Amino acid sequence: MNLSKRESVILLGLLVGGFLIVLVAPFVGMQAISIEHVLDGAKFPVDYDIFWHVRVPRVLLAWLAGAALALAGMTFQSLFRNPLATPFTLGIASGASLGAAIAIRLGWTVLWLGVSGVSIAAFVGALASVLLVFGLTRLRRGFSSGTLLLAGVAVGFFFSSVILFVQYISSFSESYRIIRWLMGGLEVVGMDAPLSLLPFLVVGAGIIFYLTRELNLLATGEDMAASRGVDVKLTRQLLFFATSLLVGGVVALCGPIGFVGMMCPHICRLLVGPNHRVLAVATALFGGLFLTICDTFARTVIAPAEIPVGVITALLGGPFFLWLLVRVRSV
Amino acid sequence: MSEPIVDVRGLSFGYGTAPVLTDVSCSIAAGERLAIVGPNGAGKSTLIKCLVRLVAGFKGEILVQGQPLDSYSQRALARVLSYVPQADGRMFSFTVRDFVAMGRYPHLSAFTARRAHDEAAIDRALSRAGLDALASRPMDQLSGGERQRLFIAAAIAQEAAVLLLDEPTTFLDPRHQQEVEGVLANLHDECNVTLVSVTHDLNRALRHADRVLALRGGRVHYLGAPAGLLEAGRLEALFGRTFALSTHPDGGPMILPD
Repeated sequence: MNLSKRESVILLGLLVGGFLIVLVAPFVGMQAISIEHVLDGAKFPVDYDIFWHVRVPRVLLAWLAGAALALAGMTFQSLFRNPLATPFTLGIASGASLGAAIAIRLGWTVLWLGVSGVSIAAFVGALASVLLVFGLTRLRRGFSSGTLLLAGVAVGFFFSSVILFVQYISSFSESYRIIRWLMGGLEVVGMDAPLSLLPFLVVGAGIIFYLTRELNLLATGEDMAASRGVDVKLTRQLLFFATSLLVGGVVALCGPIGFVGMMCPHICRLLVGPNHRVLAVATALFGGLFLTICDTFARTVIAPAEIPVGVITALLGGPFFLWLLVRVRSV
Repeated sequence: MSEPIVDVRGLSFGYGTAPVLTDVSCSIAAGERLAIVGPNGAGKSTLIKCLVRLVAGFKGEILVQGQPLDSYSQRALARVLSYVPQADGRMFSFTVRDFVAMGRYPHLSAFTARRAHDEAAIDRALSRAGLDALASRPMDQLSGGERQRLFIAAAIAQEAAVLLLDEPTTFLDPRHQQEVEGVLANLHDECNVTLVSVTHDLNRALRHADRVLALRGGRVHYLGAPAGLLEAGRLEALFGRTFALSTHPDGGPMILPD
């Protein structure tokens, strides 16, 4: 891949920045932890445990989830050729949430091949919503992406009301778990969570990176892509599958964390341009960096209390969404 | 006569239950310039969309270089047929060169980078379309005429034997129309590319096509030499109105504007 100097500098900056934040963030928190405490578990067991079993997994999970959500957002924006198309505006995160809520209600919490039942149910929920949205686009010709977004909002509302119903028929403890989960958050203990997200990210991102040339062509229009030789149907199916993996995997573990998938690809487009061969890498790196910073901020700004990270991303994302809406309408 | 490069036999197609094309047959020879004309809704664009499989579910047979259309992968088909769609107005900030480079897609596999001969093909396409000077400009900063030449350049970079153009000059002013015509004429004369264009410009069809296919209500109304379209009231029957005819200074027939 031939990179311009600017692209190389930005990608390197995002890589080094991500590396540094993942390295530094676990030391930051309600209580700062020094390096010697981290290395000597026998002498400082509390700090050692907080660092290795709470903060490091959380920081890693934040990075992986940010990268996954940002990549999914980029893919939707290109597939639908609409800057407002994201897993959330299309109702896909709500579908994944519904899947997870049903799994919690039915007690599917056991691990299957290292992946929890909740994750699998969230993935199935994401896939079902993707199929629904995809089906809507195929229902009649000339389905505009604006109409599609409205349909996504409607689908999101529908799933949210079903989630409420599931909660209503759940026990107190199940209902609490669902509510806590719906608030979104990255509070995990141990490496199980980041490790169980890893296969979703590797496969989902792998498919997207493999199809960056096709994404470039799809971004210019389906007819254009097909006439250049892209198997549009197969490519779309693969990309919908990949985004379902990414969104389903993240939402199952972290709950709904909005706006990462919308903001990061846009900022990266401004930084490195529209070529997906570079953009996909930049978006993943930026998404990881962004969510890790947001989460570090969320758990330190009003310590000892924590702000759910979804609140931070929404506080940034809401105004960004409005800005984008005005900008898109004015084009 | 040599084997046609594209052979359409008894093609019928409809969206839902509404028929758009009915029993259309047409053979296109290599190096031919075919203009497809007809009133709005006659099925002109749909016909070329069937050829590049942008619509599915037609009846009849389409042979490309003697082989059934179904026997081609989309990538292999793109090495023979290249389609220039109507611009839909949505543009991206790809640079002109990056967009033209996408025309090399059918010649590349997933993990191969563009090689020297790909870059040479992109340079030739930019040069043919007169876009060398604009190579690094973002495509959303191009004028309408430049944009149309860009779409044609990407199709040229594809190095397909047949170029299918959907109203390539419809929204352009006369100067830009002439520029696009010039690019296409050179491409045909120097590279023997087969040109199939849907057009509403009847004079363009009369002057630049070897044959004209007139569609009316999804059926073949006329297929033959351009001058034949003006005979026996065919043109009047095609559009349901009368036309005033004259002679162009170069001697050919010309349809006068109202």
